[in-house]
Amino acid sequence: MFNYTLRRLLLAIPTLLFIALIIFLLLELSPGDPLADMPLTIPPEVREQMRMALGLGEAWYIRFYKWLYMFAVIEPSHVLAGMTGLDMALEGPRILSWQTRSPVADIIAQRLPQTLWVVGLSYVLGVLVAVPIGVYSAYRQYSWFDQAGSFVSMVGFSLPTFFTGPLLMLIFAVWLGWFPIIYDTTLVVDDWSTFLEQLRQMAMPVFVLTLYNAAQISRFMRASMLDNLNQDYVRTARAKGMNERVVVLIHVLRNSLIPVVTVIALGIPTVFTGAIITETIFRVNGLGQLLITAIYASDIPMVLTLSVVFAILIVLFNLIADLLYAFLDPRIRYD
Amino acid sequence: MTDRATDTAAPFRPPRNQWWDVWDQFKIHRGALAGMVVFVAIVLFCVVGPWLWIHDAGFIDIRARNQGMSWSHPLGTDQLGRDMLARMMMGGRVSLAVGLAAMVLSVLMGTLIGVLAGYFRRIDGPLMRMTDLFLALPLLPLLLVMSMLLRERLSTLFGIEMGMFVMIVTAIGVTSWMQTARIVRGDVLALKEREYVLAARSIGTPPRRVIGRHVLPNVLSPVMVSATLMIATAIITESALSFLGLGFPPDFPTWGRLVSDGIDYLQQHPSRAILPGLFISLTVLSVNYIGDGLRDALDPRIRGR
Repeated sequence: MFNYTLRRLLLAIPTLLFIALIIFLLLELSPGDPLADMPLTIPPEVREQMRMALGLGEAWYIRFYKWLYMFAVIEPSHVLAGMTGLDMALEGPRILSWQTRSPVADIIAQRLPQTLWVVGLSYVLGVLVAVPIGVYSAYRQYSWFDQAGSFVSMVGFSLPTFFTGPLLMLIFAVWLGWFPIIYDTTLVVDDWSTFLEQLRQMAMPVFVLTLYNAAQISRFMRASMLDNLNQDYVRTARAKGMNERVVVLIHVLRNSLIPVVTVIALGIPTVFTGAIITETIFRVNGLGQLLITAIYASDIPMVLTLSVVFAILIVLFNLIADLLYAFLDPRIRYD
Repeated sequence: MTDRATDTAAPFRPPRNQWWDVWDQFKIHRGALAGMVVFVAIVLFCVVGPWLWIHDAGFIDIRARNQGMSWSHPLGTDQLGRDMLARMMMGGRVSLAVGLAAMVLSVLMGTLIGVLAGYFRRIDGPLMRMTDLFLALPLLPLLLVMSMLLRERLSTLFGIEMGMFVMIVTAIGVTSWMQTARIVRGDVLALKEREYVLAARSIGTPPRRVIGRHVLPNVLSPVMVSATLMIATAIITESALSFLGLGFPPDFPTWGRLVSDGIDYLQQHPSRAILPGLFISLTVLSVNYIGDGLRDALDPRIRGR
């Protein structure tokens, strides 16, 4: 197991380097010019100096190496220093966003809480809703509950968030006026009324994403429960005279949670990548919205850093899912 | 004598094509059947509609702007006086075409890579590493970057609209073949050990023929199921790109673009954002139901029960 983990971690390094290189080269070739918004009256030689100041003067492999060094050595030291309060930040240039001229890591740290609150909460809620629904619809297969549950999960799984988002906005914000139409990030939660305000503005984006997550996970849960309910060990357990609650909730549920837990682990990176579309619709300024504005503005350091951070999360949670699978299911051994 | 002989013999049943069995099973799934009806209706609406409907999708009638529903404009007009029904049909054409083309590309790539990786042991490792690598790429950012990058080059090559079409189809196809490849590889690995493949190999059938005659027909059902589901994913991805403003040019209607244009007028004219959204959702829902029914119909363990 330890060897396997180590091998996978070592294999992840070239994969991530390659991904970083692909994204870097793609961005390198892209036609966007970070100076496009500057006034046309700037003389060409000054413009050239500005390009140099952004670090655009050197060959691509030197810039890639410099970015890699900053990303792998300097930025982590600053993040750690910020988290622990120790004076351990290394000297040297940091990855600066071209839009704001402030370090990319700082901007990500500012945006992370919004994404975690809205998208993370909706993921947790989605799991909490999906598991009982999946269990019960599998247990009572073809009952009206199962039919309704399957239909709702099919609908939730098929409706894109850019349709459910505006629909909810129309109903609850425009017609009923229950929730604010735009997410106000400057709101400081310090007493009950602002807390309620925060809940109200989170309600719609969280609901949209919860519907989508719950739909996907409950389909998996139902399929996995159905696989297990017909197994021999279930008949044995019933034949021994165990009561139904123990059979379903202890024997079957624990076994059918194994693949579902892996699916849930695989979905966690999407919490961090932020739901780009939902965040755009509801104007939540989280990581997804940060990425899309950076792309519009040709802010290459920001796009590159964010994409590589997302890739690291995906690779990491893939590994965690595989390890969890082996940990939960003793029949699976990686050797 | 001959007459009596035919009378007593068991009634002769002509050999039945297996696709009739599949169709019989498919018909039982009510959701799938309804999905098929809805999908065909939507396709007809988008393909035939523009020939029958009097208004042109791009015709600007500024005096008739922001109209509600009426007989001359059943779905109203937009802020430039363009007929919404005509735009919906044209937008549907683009969205469906992108969905189908991206599905074909992605399924072809996935099947090819899956079969190669499953059948030839030597290239299995590298191909699967490549698949893992693609799975680890953050897709939407990559698509966005690709659309930013290739936009101009392709539009000089094929013209603006065709260039965007090629780009979006390629972008979606290249970033979505991995699931199909994994499924196909798994199936091929199991099929390769079957006796009939061994028999075919032992009489000296070249790998090309073994794959074409014995392996491919047997992986057809998972490929068909993932193909239907891929249409749904591709339509959603294309709409998401258009919604974010990184798809087709602004005056070129697609369903996703219509939703994103409509959001600005959500308070005054809600139908403008909701209707195209509804069309996307209906299409995706019907395709997903078809996929569900097809999965049951193609599974010989369920069929005939």
